Amino acid sequence: MVGIITYGAYIPRFRITVEEIARVWGANAAEISGGLGVLEKAVPDYDENTATFAVEAARAALRRREVNREEIKAVYVGSESHPYAVKPTAVTVGEAICATPSMTAADYEFACKAGTAAIQTSMGLVASGMMKYAVAIGADTAQGAPGDALEYTAAAGGAAYVIGCDDPIAEINDTCSFTTDTPDFWRREGEDYPKHGGRFSGEPGYFKHVETAARMMLEKRGTRPSDYTYAVFHQPNAKFPQKAAKALGFTQEQIKTGLLVPRLGNTYSGAVPLGLAAVLDVAKPGDRIFVTSYGSGAGSDSFDITVTDAILDKIDRSRAPSVEQMLAKKKYLDYAVYARHKGKIKV
Amino acid sequence: MTVARFWRKIPQRYNLIGTKCEVCGRTFFPGRAICPHCRRDGKMTEIQFSGKGKVLTYSVIYSSADQYAAMKPYVLAIVELEEGARLTTHLVCEPDEVYIGMPVHSVFRILDKEGDDGVIHYGTKFVPDG
Repeated sequence: MVGIITYGAYIPRFRITVEEIARVWGANAAEISGGLGVLEKAVPDYDENTATFAVEAARAALRRREVNREEIKAVYVGSESHPYAVKPTAVTVGEAICATPSMTAADYEFACKAGTAAIQTSMGLVASGMMKYAVAIGADTAQGAPGDALEYTAAAGGAAYVIGCDDPIAEINDTCSFTTDTPDFWRREGEDYPKHGGRFSGEPGYFKHVETAARMMLEKRGTRPSDYTYAVFHQPNAKFPQKAAKALGFTQEQIKTGLLVPRLGNTYSGAVPLGLAAVLDVAKPGDRIFVTSYGSGAGSDSFDITVTDAILDKIDRSRAPSVEQMLAKKKYLDYAVYARHKGKIKV
Repeated sequence: MTVARFWRKIPQRYNLIGTKCEVCGRTFFPGRAICPHCRRDGKMTEIQFSGKGKVLTYSVIYSSADQYAAMKPYVLAIVELEEGARLTTHLVCEPDEVYIGMPVHSVFRILDKEGDDGVIHYGTKFVPDG
């Protein structure tokens, strides 16, 4: 059955606290941090971007399990911060993991769910027998305008999945999506920062799509929330996924392993892939994982995943740092240095 | 650097591919066409380095070229790879972290950008282990 052959994650080592950002803009830090449930967020180094995250995550996946590079026939990178407007990130990844030139590649964009869209495409390609392996990546260096609400959470990181049918460490039992034209968040061509519908974006955007896609999946599979060991939901802040999980019937215990946003921020296309990576870091054979992403614009992809025995003997998870290890390895920046890191100061 | 001059060496820069002389065993990065020791008796083959090495020596840069100004101060090091080749590289760490003999490994980073509208050059840099 189609599934995850191996996986890898990357989180940069710099952090800025919500308190520090609030200090600069004269905002109430406790109120913002309490409202979002976010304490700090990951910040890229000067020489990092979505492409370097994608490469590091893909290389981490391939360190954990040897995969014949010539049998990787597709690389898809989902992001809303591709370094070029025209020129694919995916070819840089393909070259950097020695999978080129006999492969196809493309960049995906669907706000925060481009990474799970890449996983769905990869599933189709390998399940149909068109190829043995495809690499799906979700990564972002998320943008938030200085002083905007997004700046408190817009973070950096990504995760990569090698999808195939040959001894997967986790079988993807099913996937389904719920998609509508809902302009809750957007960025026009040539603009540096996105705009959003503010407090009106939650119900018609996140909650409608996440909860509908999740219910569609439960109905399609004939399962209940209690059938799953873990659940991962898109996490633009800590409140939204907890509220959606509760409405659907999932418990705090099920979502806490994959809920990284309080210590990581919102990594946009990287968010659900990183949450799933954190779960796979500790998962045991037989564990069942429920995943629902969300991308503004808007849509949600749901997945029903079962961890297999292969996670014990076909992969060496210790050959790449775990999500928890990367979250623990951090260096705090003040706002001025953070602004320099993010290119907000022009020199 | 012209666009073509960069892209011709993309496989080598991204994946640390150099050369090894099969006669004397010496390794080189960037790769050389002829072994400087064995000369015409040498036999060069391609080698992909593991990316593991140690700092042979370093310098902290406080006065940089304009394109690296935002990164000041940064560490420039000569790293000796475990296969023997030595290369000059940007070391991604704080100046007070680096020491001679420090174990390091390769990472994929932006090397430089040709302004706001030019090509982005990616390649290999090194970070401390651990």
